[in-house]
Amino acid sequence: MNSWDNNPVLTIEHLTMRFGGLVAIDDLSFNVGRGDITALIGPNGAGKTTVFNCATGFYKPTEGRIIMNRSNGEHYLLERMADFQISAKAKVARTFQNIRLFGGMTLLENLMVAQHNPLMLASGYTIGGIFGLKSFKKAERDAVERARYWLDKTALIDRADAPAADLPYGDQRRLEIARAMCSGPELLCLDEPAAGLNPKESAELNALLQYIRKEHDTSILLIEHDMSVVMEISDHVVVLDYGEKISDGSAVEVKDDPKVIAAYLGVPDEEVDGVEEEVGI
Amino acid sequence: MSAKSGNLFIDSLKDAAIGGLIALALFSVLIGMKAEVASGLGGQLGIEYRWGAVAIAVAVVFAGRLLLNLFVWKAGTPVTQTAGRLIPSTQTLAPLAKYAMPVFLVLAVILPFLLMSAYGSRGSRQYLDLAILVTTYVMLGWGLNIVVGLAGLLDLGYVAFYAVGAYSYALLAEYFGFSFWICLPLAGILAAFWGIILGFPVLRLRGDYLAIVTLAFGEIIRIVLLNWYDFTGGPDGISGIPRPSFFGIEFNRGEGGFADTFGLEYSSIHRIIFLYYVILAMALITNFVTMRLRKLPVGRAWEALREDEIACRSLGINTTNTKLTAFALGAMFGGFAGSFFATRQGFISPESFTFIESAVILAIVVLGGLGSQIGVVIAAVVMIGGFEFFRGLEEYRMLVFGLLMVIIMVWKPRGLISTRTPSITLSGKKAKGISADLVQEGHG
Repeated sequence: MNSWDNNPVLTIEHLTMRFGGLVAIDDLSFNVGRGDITALIGPNGAGKTTVFNCATGFYKPTEGRIIMNRSNGEHYLLERMADFQISAKAKVARTFQNIRLFGGMTLLENLMVAQHNPLMLASGYTIGGIFGLKSFKKAERDAVERARYWLDKTALIDRADAPAADLPYGDQRRLEIARAMCSGPELLCLDEPAAGLNPKESAELNALLQYIRKEHDTSILLIEHDMSVVMEISDHVVVLDYGEKISDGSAVEVKDDPKVIAAYLGVPDEEVDGVEEEVGI
Repeated sequence: MSAKSGNLFIDSLKDAAIGGLIALALFSVLIGMKAEVASGLGGQLGIEYRWGAVAIAVAVVFAGRLLLNLFVWKAGTPVTQTAGRLIPSTQTLAPLAKYAMPVFLVLAVILPFLLMSAYGSRGSRQYLDLAILVTTYVMLGWGLNIVVGLAGLLDLGYVAFYAVGAYSYALLAEYFGFSFWICLPLAGILAAFWGIILGFPVLRLRGDYLAIVTLAFGEIIRIVLLNWYDFTGGPDGISGIPRPSFFGIEFNRGEGGFADTFGLEYSSIHRIIFLYYVILAMALITNFVTMRLRKLPVGRAWEALREDEIACRSLGINTTNTKLTAFALGAMFGGFAGSFFATRQGFISPESFTFIESAVILAIVVLGGLGSQIGVVIAAVVMIGGFEFFRGLEEYRMLVFGLLMVIIMVWKPRGLISTRTPSITLSGKKAKGISADLVQEGHG
């Protein structure tokens, strides 16, 4: 029994997602271990992003259960929750494959929006805020401090008051992670965080993810194509192909799995010959 | 160079001639013939020919196209570039904007006294009426700015809330005899309620579809008011709406009136000045609340919603509630303005709440710059004030008005004040405005 099956933060059971006749995910089950960095890999069109969209409420799965086990002992069935509640209550945050920042707002404002729910509460649902409630002022200062902390950690502090759309690509990726972290998640879902990064930025990202996992007790589930990132930082790798799980294990186990090699590189010629003989071509 | 300019001239002439021919074909029917009921022939339908007018129209098209070809479209250095340099750029205007706000405010507060000293109490009345009208539109513009400018939801039926506010006051006064000051908050609450009613069906709509539904909503309200004869008086409207009192003191001639109480000589201008200060205070409250809301989580959520709705949902923001609060608050300020409108006019009918009103308010917000408070003021002064100013031109003022709007939109496509000021800064200093190119307009 693997560590991720003993104490999972996220459990996906028999997840199936159909779009009309297309089966994007077929009876998928796996666990995301608490405190692990779990990588979800697979060729293009394998259904990785669909798994993310199901887990974060953007799609309603056709079948199956997605269970979030929070560290305080609460359990949430994510497939039944509205998308905004998944972030607010179940504490699952995500980033997007095509970066979705609030481009016309400054970096600081982006991080303030991420702390909407606690601030809304502190402002007495706006009414207290209009009259300048003291406790709201304090909550706002705390929120700014938290934003400053994450801007510092992602090395974006110098541009805190610049519009987010002005940032270079790599910085935008880091800002999106900082914004997700500002919502105080227990599980962080990253959709291709290293896409389009150069090797130096990629290494910095690895360090950032390790730091988040270690210092903030946040488990990470990531989709990635960059194998150097996957092999270096992930504790657990799940491989999808055509919506089905073909391999599940530690990075080393998965790397040598013939099914994974076949999915990524194709099968050796002898095997093709064997099959062709069987079929009779 | 001479050969090239010769070609340029011949090309331009050819092009202009083609333009003239097309104009001739179109205008000979559109302008050249006018169906008229000839009075001499006992009401028979006849056609009047106006070839002179056609010739003028064709000549204008020909000459205009020729000039544009020569100096703009085909010229090496178009005259528009040279002219563009003459118009001050945003950078040179930016320092002025800092002083614009206090100057406008002081001017607005002392305006009645300025007018009184300049024109006397009789002569200043029309200018004060105009100032009240402009301020009403400023307030409406600020109210709509919450919905369109901040939350990025295109609302073409804003006049519906204006109507709800006006009719709430008129009907409450007629049936229950409530005074203006009691009805004002009630009208705002009722309008906010209708804002939520409109909000629910349009939550899932975006862009064009949202615009169509809000447009329809505006028309529904107007048509209901028009046809519910027993209750609203239909096209006859409601007259004799009570005027507001100054802390219980009426603006009447004689014993106990405003002039009598304060030992002034009675003048009808007192009421007008009072109304002006009422709408000015209401507008300033609208502005204050909006500016405050922008710095609160709900305001940031509105702006985030305008930027990217999906990202908002991924951060745990309830987009349904956020949209509904935007609709409700925008509608509430529309309702306040509506009840002021009713008390000022003393008479309302569905005529006052047609689609063109929504269009004018939206034009004020768009021309002023989405989300910009001071931009709305400038646009309202230019549009409403300008509209009255050109009254002497009669039917041609629509033409002037349209031309003005086209010029502003060519010069500044994102409105007069198009930079967005950040709601909070880390440094604590006033941050640089964010260029409009980076700010999303919302998807409806």
